[in-house]
Amino acid sequence: MVSPLLPLRIEGAVVRRGARVLLGPVDLTIEGSGLTVVLGPNGAGKTSLLKVMHGLERLSEGRISHAVDLAEARRREAYVFQTPIMLRRSVRQNLAYPLQLIGRPAEEIRVETRKWADRIGLARSIETQAPRLSGGEKQKLALARALIRKPDLLFLDEPCANLDGHATREIEELLLAARDSGTRIIMATHDLAQAKRLATDAIFLLNGAVHERGDANSFFDAPKTSETRSFFKGDIVV
Amino acid sequence: MSDIFNGLAAAFWLIVTLDANLVEISLRSLQVTLSALAIACVFAFPLGTWLAVQRFRLRRTAIATLNALMGLPPVVVGLVVYILLSRSGPFGVLGLLFTPTAMIIAQVIIITPLVASITHQAMRDLWAEYHDLLISLKTTKMQRIRTLIWDGRRTLLTAALAGFGRAIGEVGAIMIVGGNIDHATRVLTTAIALETGKGDFALALGLGFVLIALALAVSIVSHWLSQTEREGRW
Repeated sequence: MVSPLLPLRIEGAVVRRGARVLLGPVDLTIEGSGLTVVLGPNGAGKTSLLKVMHGLERLSEGRISHAVDLAEARRREAYVFQTPIMLRRSVRQNLAYPLQLIGRPAEEIRVETRKWADRIGLARSIETQAPRLSGGEKQKLALARALIRKPDLLFLDEPCANLDGHATREIEELLLAARDSGTRIIMATHDLAQAKRLATDAIFLLNGAVHERGDANSFFDAPKTSETRSFFKGDIVV
Repeated sequence: MSDIFNGLAAAFWLIVTLDANLVEISLRSLQVTLSALAIACVFAFPLGTWLAVQRFRLRRTAIATLNALMGLPPVVVGLVVYILLSRSGPFGVLGLLFTPTAMIIAQVIIITPLVASITHQAMRDLWAEYHDLLISLKTTKMQRIRTLIWDGRRTLLTAALAGFGRAIGEVGAIMIVGGNIDHATRVLTTAIALETGKGDFALALGLGFVLIALALAVSIVSHWLSQTEREGRW
């Protein structure tokens, strides 16, 4: 099932902060289904690329286009931040919030928040204030809050940074379930093992530009460029 | 020193005997101040929050002006309201001068900038925290302001209490526009000014202690109602 939102095309995208180029120029097309992993060392522009695609970062140059009009596209997207942003409300109210914004009926909101609290294992803490949750629970809640509107396109910025193995596995299970139910996922990470577990295809960013791209098998087994190879080996890539 | 003890004794007797005049004056103080506060909050909370989320060309100037207005001299506000409401003024036909309504109008003008400015300070921090999420969820400007006001409601309590403190203790403006008329516009602060002028320090101090107790009580009740300072709440 391919989302009507796709393909997402990025043409000549550049993000500058003062004289510094954070990203670009990038030409990229996101289509089909599955989970795309965005890899690269720190400062390679992973977050900038994700934010550009989601419209959180303004382009200095270039353009971005979807198969549907922009407002419609943005409504079908969701974003999970590296540091989860918790509303100062209960778990239940955090989950309900995206649905309330788009005016869903109260009954549907009640059912959905229950269901998702259950899925992320927070059913018992549903009335807990979200900022008091542990790091892993916050990230799960942020992910559930992003998925509750059933987005066609989901961006994740290092969702498992600073999480232990158990929490990481729970997040990955949610991601795979979302992918299998038709959500197109773009995820930035520098955890290579996680990338290999989840990716259907991968993008390697270096110094703000797309250095290499390919589907998971060929990308991880036979990287084409020396920089990608040394990144896989764990060398420092500059 | 004996003046203070006499004052405490006077306050004690005024309260335990539920002195009719004292009750009337205190209730009027509360009525005027709480009305002014409610009206000011209706304007100031959205205004302060809007200033936190909206980017526009004169934003810094607007915020600087708002902060400067916090120091608005009450006597001058009183004077201007007096001129506007006096018989020959533009709103003279309404016949509001020397009524509690005139006092409320003056206090709204005095405390709105204060409440709005503190609201803006608090909301700026909360907006920095929420910014990316609310942008990502494609919230409208209205939804952002509502979310911030709701989630920041406990800090807004501080803003409201600051406004209350300023209004309940204010004397210059309400003296001018209210006129300190017995059984009509006399409130605690104007009564204290009057008794001091008459040389009745015991009664003046007694009223003063009642005023302080009132401010304290309002603060405690509002904190208790909003359940701040409890675990896991803001």
